[in-house]
Amino acid sequence: MTTQIGPGESGPPRPPVPPAPAEAPPPRVNYLNVAYGVKSWLLTTDHKRIALLYLAGVTLMFFLGGAFAVLIRLELVTPAGDLVQSETYNKLFTMHGIIMVFFFLIPSIPAVLGNFLIPLMIGARDLAFPRLNLASWYIYMIGAAFTIFVLVSGGVDTGWTFYTPYSTTYSNTHVVAAGLGVFITGFSSILTGLNFIVTIHRMRAPGLTWFRLPLFVWAHYATSLIMVLGTPVIAITLLTVVLERTLHLGIYDPRLGGDPVLFQHLFWFYSHPAVYIMILPAMGVVSEVVACFSRKRIFGYEVVAMSSLAIAVIGFLVWGHHMFISGQSTYAGLVFSFLSFLVAIPSAIKVFNWTSTLYKGSVSYDTPMLYAIGFVGLFTIGGLTGLFLAALGLDVHVTDTYFVVAHFHYIMVGGAIMGYLGGIHFWWPKITGRLYPEMWARVAAVIVFAGFNLTFFPQFILGYLGMPRRYHAYPEEFQVLNVMSSAGASILGLGYLLPMIYLVWSMRYGPRASANPWQAKGLEWQTASPPITENFERQPVVSEEAYAYAPEEEARVV
Amino acid sequence: MSSVADAHGRDADRHHPDLVHHFESLPAQKEAATFGMWVFLVTEVMFFGGLFLAYTIYRNLYFHAFVQSSRHLNLTLGAVNTAVLICSSLTMAMGVHSSALGRRRATVAWLLLTVALGSVFLGIKAVEYKDKFDHHLVPGERFQAEELHLEGEESRPAQIFYALYFAMTGLHATHMVIGIPIILFIAWMAHRGRFSPEYHTPVELTGLYWHFVDIIWIFLFPLLYLIGRHH
Repeated sequence: MTTQIGPGESGPPRPPVPPAPAEAPPPRVNYLNVAYGVKSWLLTTDHKRIALLYLAGVTLMFFLGGAFAVLIRLELVTPAGDLVQSETYNKLFTMHGIIMVFFFLIPSIPAVLGNFLIPLMIGARDLAFPRLNLASWYIYMIGAAFTIFVLVSGGVDTGWTFYTPYSTTYSNTHVVAAGLGVFITGFSSILTGLNFIVTIHRMRAPGLTWFRLPLFVWAHYATSLIMVLGTPVIAITLLTVVLERTLHLGIYDPRLGGDPVLFQHLFWFYSHPAVYIMILPAMGVVSEVVACFSRKRIFGYEVVAMSSLAIAVIGFLVWGHHMFISGQSTYAGLVFSFLSFLVAIPSAIKVFNWTSTLYKGSVSYDTPMLYAIGFVGLFTIGGLTGLFLAALGLDVHVTDTYFVVAHFHYIMVGGAIMGYLGGIHFWWPKITGRLYPEMWARVAAVIVFAGFNLTFFPQFILGYLGMPRRYHAYPEEFQVLNVMSSAGASILGLGYLLPMIYLVWSMRYGPRASANPWQAKGLEWQTASPPITENFERQPVVSEEAYAYAPEEEARVV
Repeated sequence: MSSVADAHGRDADRHHPDLVHHFESLPAQKEAATFGMWVFLVTEVMFFGGLFLAYTIYRNLYFHAFVQSSRHLNLTLGAVNTAVLICSSLTMAMGVHSSALGRRRATVAWLLLTVALGSVFLGIKAVEYKDKFDHHLVPGERFQAEELHLEGEESRPAQIFYALYFAMTGLHATHMVIGIPIILFIAWMAHRGRFSPEYHTPVELTGLYWHFVDIIWIFLFPLLYLIGRHH
């Protein structure tokens, strides 16, 4: 194993290395087999094991949130509200939103892949604060326990947005427990972000300068800034909602002169940037994957890195576009509209640069690349429809319709989950030391893409035609499109179940993976699969740029 | 990053019991820990920020009600508490200084003095809270604004002032209630001789936290007690 990345080892484009020879090598100590037993997992401070704990947690919550999506789509097969009552339906979409946003999308890539990969990518032995890292997982699980308590004790019906005064005064459901669940899990997000920031600042390997960092690390740095600056605001916001319900604080109560719209400002100050917590890490994954499977350095590396920071910064200044019809002043609306258009620029920069990377690259279409290409297409659609919504006039027409639902699912499901699945496949050999079945994985990726579009594209049309969101019944003329959407959802569900099955299968029966099955660049591929607990046998030293896939060509340009 | 000089220091530090495995040297470990604490304090600023925002907005909307409500707060007790808290920051700073010099007994003494001053602050705060309960100035069903000389429409936003008063000072007090056991624990560790001039990061970090809590009060005191009185 080499501990130094040097020029000359980039081969021609190659598919994954075929399975290892029949006779297995003698078992080698790695982070997975170094200790056994429940205690060795629940008390671990190894970032790689904690990442797997998170993987278990977010996978559970993903399928739980998915179950609510199934019920929602089942209800919407027919125009009449025949499967569930409207009160139940309100609880279904609320639980779907709370679980998917706070317990799956926000922790998914950072807490699983980021946790596992950031120390490996920067040549460190662990995150800066390993015990804090473990604590963050326990905090996440406590928050999840609150949410599951809400679930079994009757649910909550405010929508994941907890809008006042409904949440503070009128709702008769478990708002307090649900709010506390989100409040608590927020601290796990804060601690993860804090850990990443300190680790990236202080623990990079010798020679690993800021502009040699993989773009995955840049993306997580930007994400961590949002986690650290935004999450405390949602924490205090939900705390005031809880206090208002329990102690009648009254700061959102119109009867006392309180302003419910203040809640919306505070809520979206976090919850809009939270969208970038979901999408930025996925963008980081796509940068890694596109570079590897085009065998090229990312086009405009520095600009792509800076665009992550730009998204994080501008993302904090656009929250008002959620409130164009909430009685916000027209002038505020104008400014927020303009700033929302502005955030499209760094996003577009990324899309153009990934596309330019493909140009004249030697592109291969393995599973991670299928997800990455899917991401680029779906994110572009989601982003462009975001511009429709950022336009003051048009937004009035489509506010609170399925157009909005389709838009943010293109970003969160088409973007963030495609990125997550692509990343899970790309680094699966590193995480488990096993190769997944490539054929099945490609089939699943295509199913996910097709199922996704069939589910959510009809919703754009539904919304534009005027179907409002959050109703369990609808006029008959919308039925065809709704049936298409529900049919797509069942295909999408199959696409999500497949990886669950073959990835678990591969952990035991998959062929053993070499240290670097994709012939990829990056320090994480320079150590064994799976890595040892200390990550590297010797301290790696970095002597070249990131993504030096074609060093001789780079040299010629320079 | 790591230089030859570091490599020398690293070998010497390798045997230090307080150096955790994933850091190269004690100074590197300390810098990371201190940096992490500062990032945490940034999150705390944002946490309190939501309430400060609400205060600013409602003070502008309901200026008269806020001025009248503010007059009912006990300026003397508030001022005494401010002095007590500033003194506790001084004793905390002395504690950190002593631990950096390796003076064990002085460290313990300064830290215990800090705890004592913090407890005095909380005691005075409790007296103030009780007064508000006695005068029905706690938000809720039994809130009464007569004593604030506010009538009709104007009396209602007074509840918002007191809601913010209790939320902001309550959150601040919660931070102190969390801080005091931490300082006691650090004092106990100091007593056991766990710190040295080379390694006393926990004392420093606790100090940073305590100063932060102090600074929050430095903002709360004028906003809640002082700036309304001149009108």
